[in-house]
Parts: sequence; structure tokens; C-alpha cells
Amino acid sequence: MLTKGKATREAYGETLVALVQEGYDVVAVDADLSSSTTTAALGKEYPERLFNVGIAEQNMVGVASGLALTGKTAFTGSFAVFGTGRAYDQIRNTVCYSNLNVVIAPTHAGISVGPDGGSHQMIEDLALMNVLPRMRILVPADYEAAKVALRMAVIEGGPFYVRLGRAAVGQIYSQGDQFKLGTAKTLREGGDVTLVACGAMVEQALIAAESLSQSGVSAEVIDAFSIKPLDEKTILESMAKTKCLVSCEEHSIIGGLGSCVAQLVAKNPGVLKKPLKLVGIQDCFGTSGQIDELFAKYQLSARYIHDSVLELAT
Amino acid sequence: MSREELIRVADKMRCNVVRMLTEAGSGHPGGSLSAAEIMSVLWFGGIMRYRADDPAWGKRDRFVLSKGHVAPILYAAMAQAGFLEESELLSLRKLGGRLQGHPDCLKLPGVEVSTGSLGQGLSIATGMALGLALNGGDQKVFCLIGDGECQEGQIWEAVLYAATRKVKNLIAIVDNNGLQIDGAVKDICDLGNLAKKFSEFGWLALEVDGHDVDALYTAFDEATSSEFVRPRVIIAHTIKGRGVSFMENSSGWHGKTINVDQCKSALLELGEELC
Repeated sequence: MLTKGKATREAYGETLVALVQEGYDVVAVDADLSSSTTTAALGKEYPERLFNVGIAEQNMVGVASGLALTGKTAFTGSFAVFGTGRAYDQIRNTVCYSNLNVVIAPTHAGISVGPDGGSHQMIEDLALMNVLPRMRILVPADYEAAKVALRMAVIEGGPFYVRLGRAAVGQIYSQGDQFKLGTAKTLREGGDVTLVACGAMVEQALIAAESLSQSGVSAEVIDAFSIKPLDEKTILESMAKTKCLVSCEEHSIIGGLGSCVAQLVAKNPGVLKKPLKLVGIQDCFGTSGQIDELFAKYQLSARYIHDSVLELAT
Repeated sequence: MSREELIRVADKMRCNVVRMLTEAGSGHPGGSLSAAEIMSVLWFGGIMRYRADDPAWGKRDRFVLSKGHVAPILYAAMAQAGFLEESELLSLRKLGGRLQGHPDCLKLPGVEVSTGSLGQGLSIATGMALGLALNGGDQKVFCLIGDGECQEGQIWEAVLYAATRKVKNLIAIVDNNGLQIDGAVKDICDLGNLAKKFSEFGWLALEVDGHDVDALYTAFDEATSSEFVRPRVIIAHTIKGRGVSFMENSSGWHGKTINVDQCKSALLELGEELC
């Protein structure tokens, strides 16, 4: 079991503060959720750098775009369901079409917002952002990875989507761990099955790998981290040596990590015939409940990954 | 430029709009023609600071064309200002060209931001104005929006926020021509009294005849020099298709193709030989 760490959203405000302290010209625009997203931390240290537009996500993205056009990197807040879906056209036609230094980094992505229910459980954000030209997508698995992802977006420049969650997740990385855009992290080596995961599901994949080893199955665990661009090389090399692949995401199996992996496999005859399973939300809305209940109900738990692998491998 | 020159430039830009759209075989004449004097006074009346030979000049004021479909009048103004050769205007909407159907800032230097999806420009302009002020500059941001465009909810999100933040270096201009694609704005989704609405929302609202260059100059002068602590808007009452009799006040000419004969008679009316 991993040590319970912080939520990825907790990295948000404090990373923005650190970036300003280091001399980066960073601002944030939030939509009445600065306490929840933690961008309020930036406003506390540098009030002139936090813009709270009220409950108006379209204006949030537009104002961020304008700020970016004056030489700044502008982060947007709100929850993933509103920060992407409510402002999709603004992200498409202004941020991406004009190729602006805007980082869409809403929090509360996935079903792990729990009791708020299906209206707030954003399971299509990766799909929406994935299809946009010029957009790059990072899905940090823990607090340390989130700090790196937010920083990477500023340094790389251009439109980014950084997916952040509400709930605390297990600690996977240590301070100072290095990440690269377009590069996955192989967290555990194995020869029987490839588990490629992102976000909160990396923890579930690691737990599943541990229990699989007790069943005599050796699982390789890859944290995809950078969904776009995707580290195709690492995934294909792993698939070349294992017998099957299971993708794991707290997102619809349509348009997210699983879709990307399936597309990759379809393009590569060498791995085409190996069994593939997409663990994720099976094209349905979520519902109110506690996180562990929801992970069980929607078949996202380590237990389900474990059983899926045994089913595929036998 | 003198009053006479501003009038002449407006008509010259109208001629170019008609030529461009005829050559392109598609595009939006009505709203381009209604904005000709607004663009003439703003770009050539000494209101807006810019350098055509240095589009990224740091001290320039910014212009955001929120009603991006009237790109032809923007390109005509940019050609008049020297951002591009007049001959390039005829490449509008053609494959491989810089003059996209709606403005693309990555293709044409001098276009501050890509627009085309209505309702977004005022938010962008607000962010720009806030960013320029945060950078310690005194630049102004001008944003041209359509009256039909004010049916987009995002416009009012921006109006509220810009007033709250007292963004005084922001000047919006509404090209209030009263028509949209499907008919009259007041019949489709009535905006009521726009000047009243803006001023109720905390803006300094000025109303002018949008084809009177003197009145426009006075309004721009007041909007840019006023000590008012919040954003400013000029409601410019205009005629869609202005200058070409058969296009005037016709929603049908919002986005209609101009054929060669229509082009000839339009240019004749506009006094092509004087342009």
C-alpha cells in the first residue's frame, strides 16, 4: 500500500506562487472556486495576479487569453466539468486556434468528486481536450507529479490541459523526480501484462500489480503522465514483451487514454493481435457515492484490474 | 487625417471590401460596410497607436475584432495602414493565403487574436487591458462588437467583470446596425436600449451616428480621455450595407455573394474613381 498523500489540486496554488517567486510572469483566472482549486493561494501572496471573474467560465477563458496576449502565462481554474465543457468553444477558438500560453488546469476531474454526483463528475474532459489541435495534455498521478506538470506547462509554452483531482491520492513520486513532455514513467517492470494508467488510476494499477505478483503474474506498470503527446515508444516496447495490455483511467473509455492506446495498437501490426482491455467509465454518467464505492461500482478498483488481467491472461 | 480624408478612406475601404468579396465569391459585406467610418476614424483619425512596420511594437494600442466575420473591413484598414499590400486583399479566403475567412493571428501579423466565434472578443480585450495595466503600460484596448453579437451571454459576463475591475483602458464599440443573418435584431432577440444597458452595468456609454466621422471622432476622444473610472462603450448607430444602395438595411446581404455586375454598380455608387 502507498502512503496516502495529498490531492493533486493541492499543488496548484502553491506551484503558482513558487513560479512567480522564481520570476515567471504567471497569472490565474478563476470562476468563484479559488478556494477549492487552491488558486486562492496565489491571490493571497500576489493579489494582482489572481483574477476572479465570478461564475462565468467562458469569460474566465477569454480573460485568461487576453492576459496571455500581454506576455503572461495564464492558468484557468474552476472544476473540470465547467472549466472544459462550459468553455469548450473558448478553448478551441481562442486558446488553441490562436496558440496562446493558457493552461487549462481545472480541479475536481473524474468521478472522485464523489457525493456531488454525476453532474459534477467530469469523465469526458480528456476526450474534449484530446481532439483539439495544439493542445497538450498532462495527467499527474500525485501531488509531486502535479507540481511538475504545472511547471512544465509554463516552461513549454502554448496551450496545455493539466488534469487535477479533488481527493487525496497515494504518494508515488518524490520531490525532484524528473518528467519530460511526451515521456511516460515505467514504475514497475514485469513481463506478463502491461498496465498503462494515468492520474488516480496509477495508484490502483500499482496495487493491482502487487496482488497479481502474489498470483504469479508479473505486471509492468506505466504512468502515461503525458497523454498528448503520448509516449508511444514506451508503451509499444512494453507490449512487445508482455502478453496483453490493460489501460486504466478515471475517465470514459471513449476519447481518453484507453482510446489513444487502442489507436496506437491498431496502427502497429506487431502488437495488434495481443488482447487489450480498457478499464474506465463505460460510456455512462456517474452517481453520488463515496469514492471507494464508486470505484467498485464503475469497475475502476485495483481488485477489478487484477481480475481483468487474470481473465485476459488465461 | 482631415475630416474629408477620413470620409474618403472609409469609402476606399468599402470599395476594397466589395472587390475582395466579389473575388472571393463568399464572405460578409453588410457588417463590413456598416463599420467603415468606425474603422476609418479609429485607425486613421489619430485615435489608436500602432506601427505598421512593427506590428508587435510593445507600446501599441490593441484592436480586437470580436465580430470576426467582418474580416474584410479589418484587412482593408490594415492595407490602408501599410500592414500589407493592397494587392494581397484579393487573396481573401483563398487556399494558402494569409487573409483567412475570419482573422487568424498566426497567419497575419497585426491581427492581435484570432476571432470568428462570436461573443469572445470582449473577454479577450478585458484580459488584455488588465494585463497591459498590470505591466505598467498606458495602452488602450479597442474592441469592435456587433449588436447581434450582444445576444451571446459571454458579452455580458465580460461587461459585468470589466466594470467590477474598473478596466478604464478598455473601449468597446458596438456596430449597432440592427440586423443579423435571420432578420432584425429586435424581432429575433431584442437587445432593447443598449446604451442604457451598458450604463446600468457601470460603463460610460456614448451614442453616436456611426457614419458621421466628426461625431465618431468626438466620441473616441471623449472615450479615451475621460476621467471616468470604468470601461467605456460607443454605441455607433449604423446602417448595414451602408454605401451600396441595394445592400443597405438588408439582412439578406449579411453573407451573400456579390456577382460581377453587382460589384460594378456598387463601385460606381461608392465613387470608385475617387478612391
